[in-house]
Amino acid sequence: MRIAFASGKGGAGKTTVAASLAAIWPHPCLIVDADVEAPNLHLFLHPHLEAAQSVYLTVPELDSEKCTACGDCAAMCSYKAIAKLGAGLIVFADMCHGCGGCFEVCQANALKKGKRELGSLQWGSWSLKMGADQNSDQNLNQALGQTSSQTSGKNSGKTLLMGKSRVGEAMSPPLLRAIDGALAAISVGDAASVPDILIDSPPGVSCPAMTTARMADALVLVAESTPFGTYDFKLAHAAFKKLNMPLAVVMNRAGMPGNESGDAALEKYCAAEGLPLLARLPFDLQAAEAYARGYLPLLEQSANALIWQRRFGLLYDAVQRWAGGKIGQIAEPCSAVNICASGTTGAGHA
Amino acid sequence: MKIAVSSEGPGLESQVDPRFGRAAGFVIVDMESMNTEYVDNGASQVMAQGAGIETAERLSALGVGAVLSGYVGPKAFTALQAAGMQIYQDLDGRSVGDAVRCYAGGTLNPATASNK
Ligand code: SF4
Ligand code: SF4
Repeated sequence: MRIAFASGKGGAGKTTVAASLAAIWPHPCLIVDADVEAPNLHLFLHPHLEAAQSVYLTVPELDSEKCTACGDCAAMCSYKAIAKLGAGLIVFADMCHGCGGCFEVCQANALKKGKRELGSLQWGSWSLKMGADQNSDQNLNQALGQTSSQTSGKNSGKTLLMGKSRVGEAMSPPLLRAIDGALAAISVGDAASVPDILIDSPPGVSCPAMTTARMADALVLVAESTPFGTYDFKLAHAAFKKLNMPLAVVMNRAGMPGNESGDAALEKYCAAEGLPLLARLPFDLQAAEAYARGYLPLLEQSANALIWQRRFGLLYDAVQRWAGGKIGQIAEPCSAVNICASGTTGAGHA
Repeated sequence: MKIAVSSEGPGLESQVDPRFGRAAGFVIVDMESMNTEYVDNGASQVMAQGAGIETAERLSALGVGAVLSGYVGPKAFTALQAAGMQIYQDLDGRSVGDAVRCYAGGTLNPATASNK
């Protein structure tokens, strides 16, 4: 099962939700940080990270000895990564999308395969103890025991995969496709040995967020019920709806003082749109403070943490009921929908 | 020699467009005959990326030898240099005619680096 967590904009709480669920997930579980511009899951989960592996894009390198300056490559490049100026040719490798077209059209064999670093992938293993040295698994299992049918002692097998863009790199979809490739590689073999995969998406609804959503079987939208939050959430829903994949909602910071009507409005919208509301996570100042200090609320050493463990245990159950039923019903989730021209046309060569 | 001035409109009385790659158009002035023509740049204006490069290609194909504009981005600057053009920046805030007079008067210095 692959579930992505997304939101209309940053700050709605998708990282907290994804990481907290991963923390209490009772089966082997891989959490993926696909927010490659600003990955931060590792700051909360404290994994033992292995060495980073660089990811490259194949870009053209000009052999000016061989180039006849025919201009065919410049004319075919949709991204203006090659320009013909006067008698000369100039390659802007940092603008290349890696489509490979120029290599095909060059008759003179004047383009060599060079590479541009997009960023890196990094694996790590983690356990609850790393996230909160003082917190005992026992507490956690107790909390889970009350809410979930799958319990105790199975919290092992937690891994993290982090994608990280090179500083200054403008394109993230090819790096996200490298993450997708890594996920495909671990998803072979019999289903029982494949971990469940939780993906923390980039914020927003642009190309990177859409590319990430398409890696998943189901998508959870984390929404805040403030007027701005609801506005962003509706835009996000309109965009993700086009992917034709199972969608559900987690309302975060519900019951914020002064925003009572906001909660009701968001609930009404979900009901009208047929969106399952998996949880209403309450507004909690203490939790916000914990997060600001780099702790997940459920891994804090306080009575509060137990309450949060219970809440996420319930959310786990809700996710299981929802996704377990949905996934598999839709045979071809979204491949037919072209949602992002610039993100898909460059796919071939990368 | 022909020079190109990024322009918000078609004639010498139009204002210099501060943008190079995303300029509305260019007034091309033949410095020998002082004839002018207008080249629309709308196709580059709407590009997601590479507007400056495409604009440089367009001007290069027209045989332009110098460019007068407001701000020229780094990639466009590289492209214009590669095409052997002289680049004059920071000419926004005046009419195209004024910019051409400044150029003809010989008081302008060509830029050596992008100002954006
Ligand atoms: S690989 Fe594609 S995007 Fe890159 S320079 Fe060649 S044609 Fe342009
Ligand atoms: S297609 Fe090949 S020969 Fe023609 S301009 Fe491009 S690199 Fe040079």
